[in-house]
Amino acid sequence: MPELTSWRDLPVGGVVSPDETVQPRTGGWRTGLKPEADLSACVNCLLCWLYCPDSAVRLDGTTFTGFDESLCKGCELCAVVCPTGAIRMVPDED
Amino acid sequence: MRTSAISARVMTGGEAAAEAMRQIDPDVVPVYPITPQTPIIQGFAKFVADGRARAEIVNVESEHSAMSAAIGSALAGARTITATSSQGLALMAEVVYIAAAMRAPVVMALGNRALSGPINIHCDHSDSMLVRDSGAIQLFAENAQEAYDLMVMAPRIAEHPDVLLPVLVCQDGFTITHSAEPVVLLADGAARRFVGDYRIPHPLLEVSTPTTQGPFAMPDYYYELRHQQVAAMAAALSVFDEVAEAFEHISGRRYHSIEPYELEDADRALVCLGSTGGTVKDVVDELRAQGERVGLLEVRAFRPLPVDRIRAALRFVPWVAVLDRADSPGGRPPLYAELLATLHRTDAHVQSYVYGLGGRELHPDDIAGVFARMSQERLEPEYVGLREAECPV
Repeated sequence: MPELTSWRDLPVGGVVSPDETVQPRTGGWRTGLKPEADLSACVNCLLCWLYCPDSAVRLDGTTFTGFDESLCKGCELCAVVCPTGAIRMVPDED
Repeated sequence: MRTSAISARVMTGGEAAAEAMRQIDPDVVPVYPITPQTPIIQGFAKFVADGRARAEIVNVESEHSAMSAAIGSALAGARTITATSSQGLALMAEVVYIAAAMRAPVVMALGNRALSGPINIHCDHSDSMLVRDSGAIQLFAENAQEAYDLMVMAPRIAEHPDVLLPVLVCQDGFTITHSAEPVVLLADGAARRFVGDYRIPHPLLEVSTPTTQGPFAMPDYYYELRHQQVAAMAAALSVFDEVAEAFEHISGRRYHSIEPYELEDADRALVCLGSTGGTVKDVVDELRAQGERVGLLEVRAFRPLPVDRIRAALRFVPWVAVLDRADSPGGRPPLYAELLATLHRTDAHVQSYVYGLGGRELHPDDIAGVFARMSQERLEPEYVGLREAECPV
């Protein structure tokens, strides 16, 4: 909701629909590390996608393709839950 | 009187509420037992066990969980009813506020019971008053018939798109929940058709239109979102009338948000909630037979409180005594405070009488005593039935 709205115009109960929200670019929150994937070790279990709190795991349909660095906060959850070690945290050069 | 009623059966208010729930046939009933509400859920659970109702009963570990589960299921898209009393409602209280804010139309059957402490299982209205400002609608039944009828009406009021608020159907613990009297039930099909299908604007499980519900609100939006409940409560008054009119068509029984009784020429009137209204009506009849001009204003909708109608109903009554079955230590009893504000700048002398806390009986003689005493100015609350009170009974 880009502008402050009167109570009459707000969605009832403050329900938020995707097209009404500004998607914050949380990638700027990273403090030195970002995930890097070795696709040859990936078994496409999608645990990283399930655990990622910021929609930073990119899929093509149901196939893992990598990360959206503009959203990744560098929390490392994906690297922790990856069962094959296909994700590791590397220095963030940005 | 046009009616599709099939039978009058002798049953308690608790059983009547359970029958209403069976006929409504909700999808989900998250509930935790507590006296004097227990007969409601016990009766309904038996209907489910016997295959006469299909609801998913969720046996939660507390009332806090019951109300939380109720919000989840109501917003997911399932018609949801719960029931509680006293400490149960106290434990639900923080979640009742959230249900109202998230606009979850949960129907709640309440067996009114005194809040601890001391611990007590009998009737007063302190539990209702605890959630007075929660944004939940509160309808008070006078007897088992009304408890049944208001339960059948409640889903349509709660789920109306202009309302979308929890509705508490309040019946006095034991006095109504456990007292057997004749109750006329609707035919199952008529009740079911009356409540209709459950529809809410944004079911959470509608994955084609995903939503975030219950988001955090900062100072820039909290105030506006809270104010939406004020508008919803205002709409609920006319929705109550609409639903009551539709209900009259199938039952022959018409409900109003207030019920004036013998007020036209009254020089003295009592105002009260719940089963006490029935006793007061008897006393009014007796005193009228002796030529006394007394009357009653029974408040059926405590939230939303129909202030304009109350003002109109009492506009020619010089002496008004408000009976509160709850107190506010250090302040004014809740219904009295409402009436004082409602009748501000009228000529009415408004007085406060507290009674019946923790199930203390209120006898017809007590009520006649209030009528006898109220024709002189009193500014402080009186405590009817309290030992060593200024006005002993």
